[in-house]
Amino acid sequence: MNVLDALTMARIQFGANISFHILFPSINIALGWFLLFFKWRYIKTGQQAWMDAYAFWIKIFALSFALGVVTGATMSFQFGTNWPGFMRVVGNVAGPLLSYEILTAFFLEATFLGVMLFGRSRISERAHTLATLIVALGNTMSTFWILTLNSWMQTPAGFELVNGHAVVTSWLEVIFNPSAPYRFAHMLIASGLTAAFLLAGLSAYRRLKGDSSKGVSLTLKTGVLAAALLISLQIVVGDMHGLKTREVQPAKLAAIEGIWRTEQSVPLLVFALPNEQTHNNDFALGIPKLGSLILTHSLDGEIKGLESFPQHPPVAKVFWSFRVMAGIGSLMLLVSWLAAWKLRRKESPRWLLRILVGMTFSGWVATLAGWYVTEMGRQPWLVTGVLTTAEAAGGATPTMLASSLAMYLSLYAFLLVAYVSVLFHLAKKAASAQVLTQQEQLA
Amino acid sequence: MNLTYWLPVIFAGLLTLSMLIYVVLDGYDLGIGLLLPSVERAEKTQMLSTIGPFWDANETWLVLGIGLLLAAFPAANSLVSGELYLPLAFMLGGLIIRGVSFDFRVKAREPHQPLWDSAFFVSSLLVSLMQGLMLGRYLMGFSEGWVAWGFAWLTALCLCNAYALLGASWLILKTTGSLQARAYVWAKQVLLGAIAAVALVSIATPLASPAIAAKWFVLPQFLLLLPLPLVTFGLFALLNYLLPRLARRQAQGDDRYCWVPFVLCVSIVLLSFWGLAYSIFPDIVISKMTIWQAASDTEALWAILVVAAVVLPVVLAYTAYVYRVFHGKAATELSYD
Repeated sequence: MNVLDALTMARIQFGANISFHILFPSINIALGWFLLFFKWRYIKTGQQAWMDAYAFWIKIFALSFALGVVTGATMSFQFGTNWPGFMRVVGNVAGPLLSYEILTAFFLEATFLGVMLFGRSRISERAHTLATLIVALGNTMSTFWILTLNSWMQTPAGFELVNGHAVVTSWLEVIFNPSAPYRFAHMLIASGLTAAFLLAGLSAYRRLKGDSSKGVSLTLKTGVLAAALLISLQIVVGDMHGLKTREVQPAKLAAIEGIWRTEQSVPLLVFALPNEQTHNNDFALGIPKLGSLILTHSLDGEIKGLESFPQHPPVAKVFWSFRVMAGIGSLMLLVSWLAAWKLRRKESPRWLLRILVGMTFSGWVATLAGWYVTEMGRQPWLVTGVLTTAEAAGGATPTMLASSLAMYLSLYAFLLVAYVSVLFHLAKKAASAQVLTQQEQLA
Repeated sequence: MNLTYWLPVIFAGLLTLSMLIYVVLDGYDLGIGLLLPSVERAEKTQMLSTIGPFWDANETWLVLGIGLLLAAFPAANSLVSGELYLPLAFMLGGLIIRGVSFDFRVKAREPHQPLWDSAFFVSSLLVSLMQGLMLGRYLMGFSEGWVAWGFAWLTALCLCNAYALLGASWLILKTTGSLQARAYVWAKQVLLGAIAAVALVSIATPLASPAIAAKWFVLPQFLLLLPLPLVTFGLFALLNYLLPRLARRQAQGDDRYCWVPFVLCVSIVLLSFWGLAYSIFPDIVISKMTIWQAASDTEALWAILVVAAVVLPVVLAYTAYVYRVFHGKAATELSYD
């Protein structure tokens, strides 16, 4: 296969766009709720520190929102340009779902964002809090619709194929398709973790820069406690999601676990290099029976192997993406519980703060890895059992794709660097302003 | 009622409506981007504070337009986005840079801030040019040759003028003092280009397509349609007459009529859209594809319409609410407090 054929180019381009896009919603879906929490604490307690936290984090929210909107607009074009077959075959499902997202969520969040950001002096405190709530709600609703569509592509339901295209028989079954509730919960918690580690990381960074203000302590604590709580919840939800995947997308599960032949009491592979030629794992290192225990909740449960499916997803990519996600998840568990324990004892040693700074964007890595598992694990299908990715491609020529891909990639690389450095710059600026006030108070 | 006939017509109407609202709303904020290099940093900040609360929502109308085209007319979407692939990609690149510049210009390190101001201007220009280019290509039925391409680039330049006029009249509405005075000057400067934009599109459309010419130049339609171009150019003449006079009043401290230029501009856009819609209907891609050929299944259109009929009025209502919250002159600087 020529590396630069149209299908590969279309996939690389779409993958690059969607990967860059998801970074910003994955922060903001939860950050909106955190902002509402800060606002609510301020109203309840009257402590200015909560409002300081709101004022600082709303800047990051606004910036992430702008990036989310503009990269999202790019994606809505690329549905059409990169995958014309998608609308042709499943337009009856995808068209309405995408329209619902725009109509019920995009307008809501984008319109009330203006009020939330710049309207505080023009309306009552109550109306401003309501605007904050509406923006958070809009964000979450948008997540709901797009994950509904994605889940339907994973586990389609509520339709029949008539002359090669999908006709809806039940909207209820389309919207609440088998994998939808699990994916929605998993993603909401993932966003919560991404935002929580961002909160904790930037607050720890401000602490390290000498900022001992109350607002920073509050966001540090909020971030760490939310992370500790959410990661525990995520392990439970992730497990349920995994059990469901075994039932509805067994080929994806076999790729995640690197299981080639149907077996009972499978080990949990910690390390392996899945080999597509020999249908074996090289250098496999596993814990006996643990795979079966986790996936079937029984020591000798049977897992279907990759060889029992006529087509299967690329094993090594899915296998390793999953291990990156789970690895980061374990690290999150360790760090958040350690930090929560230390903070409870009113200790925040510098080594701990440094670890938290290191974990600032850990949510991004885990979220991306998780989405790679989900999306590559569905291959070769675009819509499982209905439409393959290759059938949906077309439209743009490789030359067109290559020239626009070059533009997008350089733009994204540049913006990613700019975004991360502006976040730390904002934290540093806030910290040095605070340090100055502290010195004045001492003098 | 025959749904297979009417649903595509209704969706063509919705698509036109969302593009109309988009051109008016994002038109003024793109226009402000185009006018940005003429002033110093403090005034740039003041200009951008007039669009701060709105631009995210303004852009959502483009997303709705694309969404409707994709969901309701997928065949037209494939054809158009294939033909316009590169200008679309550059427009999207421009929109991305523009969106982030707006935030980075105040949040980045101070030495970098002026660079983001320039980025905001360059990306606004890129977006406006590409939209004009796409309009020109679309009106020419994507035909090749230097005439068609020359026309498309000319449309691009003219559309920039039209957006700048919208931007200047928005500034007249939302600012005071020396910046408002400059906005009057800018409006007058770009007026001619904006007139050229409307004239160019009006003349070229029937020339490019015999079918469109036939729709306009037959009796009695011609007499019934005549008021459309006449009123449009009448409004332009009125704007030309009023701008210097309103500017003089403004200098004397009389700001009662600051809303007039913007309202005139919006009326002109409205009439132009009307004319264009009349020309193109019932095609969606001129002389290549009708709305019925491009439309999705009736059941999909119906599923979207039911939700749109309930939600769209609500969207318009809260959009109006937000414009009311921020009515009157804008603050000189955007602040989250």
